[in-house]
Amino acid sequence: MKKVYTRPKTLKEAHFHYCPGCGHGIINRLLMEVVDEMDLREKAICVAPAGCGMLLYNYFDIDTLESAHGRGAAVATGIKRVRPENLVFSYQGDGDLAAIGTAEGFHAANRGEPISVIFVNNGVYGMTGGQMAPTTLTDQVTTTTPLGRDPILAGHPVKICEVFAMLDGTVYLERVTVNNPAAVLKAKKAIKKAFQCQLDGKGFSLVEILSPCPTNWKMGPVEACRWIDEVMTKQFPLGVVKEVS
Amino acid sequence: MSGNAALGEAAVLSGCTCYFGYPITPQNELTEYMAKRMGELGRVFIQSESEIAAINMVLGASVAGARAMTSSSSPGMSLKQEGISYLAADELPAVVVDMVRGGPGMGNISPAQSDYLQATRGGGHGDYKTIVLAPGSVQELTEVVPLAFDLADQYRNPVIILGDGMLGQMMEPVSFENIKPPKEYPKDYILTGAKGRPARMVRSLLFDTKEEEEHNWKLVRKYQRMEQNEVRYETFMADDAEMIVVAYGIGARIVRGAIKRLRQENMKVGMLRPITAWPFPAAPLQELANTVHDFFVFEMSAGQMIEDVKLALAGKGRIHFYGRPGGVIPTPVELYRIIGRHYYMAARRKQQ
Ligand SMILES: Cc1ncc(C[n+]2csc(CCOP(=O)(O)OP(=O)(O)O)c2C)c(N)n1
Ligand code: SF4
Ligand SMILES: [Mg+2]
Repeated sequence: MKKVYTRPKTLKEAHFHYCPGCGHGIINRLLMEVVDEMDLREKAICVAPAGCGMLLYNYFDIDTLESAHGRGAAVATGIKRVRPENLVFSYQGDGDLAAIGTAEGFHAANRGEPISVIFVNNGVYGMTGGQMAPTTLTDQVTTTTPLGRDPILAGHPVKICEVFAMLDGTVYLERVTVNNPAAVLKAKKAIKKAFQCQLDGKGFSLVEILSPCPTNWKMGPVEACRWIDEVMTKQFPLGVVKEVS
Repeated sequence: MSGNAALGEAAVLSGCTCYFGYPITPQNELTEYMAKRMGELGRVFIQSESEIAAINMVLGASVAGARAMTSSSSPGMSLKQEGISYLAADELPAVVVDMVRGGPGMGNISPAQSDYLQATRGGGHGDYKTIVLAPGSVQELTEVVPLAFDLADQYRNPVIILGDGMLGQMMEPVSFENIKPPKEYPKDYILTGAKGRPARMVRSLLFDTKEEEEHNWKLVRKYQRMEQNEVRYETFMADDAEMIVVAYGIGARIVRGAIKRLRQENMKVGMLRPITAWPFPAAPLQELANTVHDFFVFEMSAGQMIEDVKLALAGKGRIHFYGRPGGVIPTPVELYRIIGRHYYMAARRKQQ
């Protein structure tokens, strides 16, 4: 019999704490698949966020630091400046990168720090119970936008890729999702490309991943995946936003 | 050389390979000095987007194994507190310089000592402490810098250098001769990529309250070792003193001038000058209280260190106080008059 799937070597044999249907688990696995395939275990240093992804060091068999909420890009900058030969990436949610840590992310991008940011956009603050995130869609209901996000009162969904694309320090920005097998493969390719950009010393790379949070979206896993296609991608179009060759 | 530049050169000689900072008066000369020197030496310098970013870059550099430093002044130090708390929790070494200015709020850019409590009580959230070195001259500033880096590495904990605008900006001759090449410390906790070893994780999140409590007690034991081993202070004319002034940093320097005048008039006044604001020299103060009844606390604040003096004396003796908050620098003559008056009244009280 042919083995079609196996656990990546660098993914520890632990049970994910993520809710059923959560995108974080898929993204965690993809990252370790890429680390395996690019033979990066002995080079990689990951900066974990505050957010549902914060316990990823329980799953990643690579060197990891857990940073304060939003400070991942600054911490990764410090690590990378000391160890330019390593592969340094931060893993950040949308609250983490697009609200409390916007300054740190923006300026790391602007300086063209050769780090990679894995940006998990699930449109809510997952960990703290489903409050509005900067990426929450217009009219989307969350615990702090009970009547739907009203742009007049609560602003508009923040498009990190498009904003960062204006900065001369960024070399590769792509928005992907993980709501179906084909999309997962594309996401994996994007992560590989981001890491390759870093290894080639090109500059700042970021992969934004639209990620289902069935729990806080109050949907089943299948419905959540469909909602990404039907609603979320309308405000967050998929694709390469910037690529400097 | 200015205090700020001397501090920078001392850091360079102490093996500081990474500096991150955000402009704020009165410590800009340090950031500017580091921009030039670190550039020349091919070391890391970043003018960060904020003090929050700077302290987190320090944290990243430290976890990657480098000797890292940042500097700021009062409003910027408030922003750094989150990062200092994480450094302490993660048990990472770092040196943080605070050239204190008048506050609260924006305050002003004049020298002050009104951030003593922030520096000595942890400053950020959680049960943690940092060693706080409070030099009193430019020469001493250059001496505490290598010490700060060594203590940070030895205890794996952030160390604060508590100066003020005057110390940073005044010009004095300095010698760097006593700075030895940096020592090597075991770095079995740093992140380098898991080459030929199990992966490491550095974190402060401990969901299990028992684990978090254990971690806290472990930190407390470390702080107790610091209290036992790292108290530093200096006395001045204290042997026959009938009144002891407690003052630190630039404040102690002004007091020194005042004491010289008081001594000319046979007033037996001496001084205890904490060099470590934390751990505070409580034991030597208690010892002095066996023979001295009157203690005089002077601070360029509305009264912060006085809390430590009260704790140390625990009701023994009498504590006098004079403070000038808001960035006001009193002259030695002013202090001479005030201390002299208190000394005179104390002597009268004794006669009665
Ligand atoms: C300074 C600070 N403020 C607030 C929090 C609480 N907090 C933890 S995670 C989080 C938001 C997480 O949302 P996001 O970054 O979108 O990650 P997700 O859980 O959705 O993956 C918040 C507000 C914190 N840990 N630190
Ligand atoms: S709350 Fe949302 S993001 Fe967090 S683990 Fe559950 S599904 Fe995933
Ligand atoms: Mg989120």
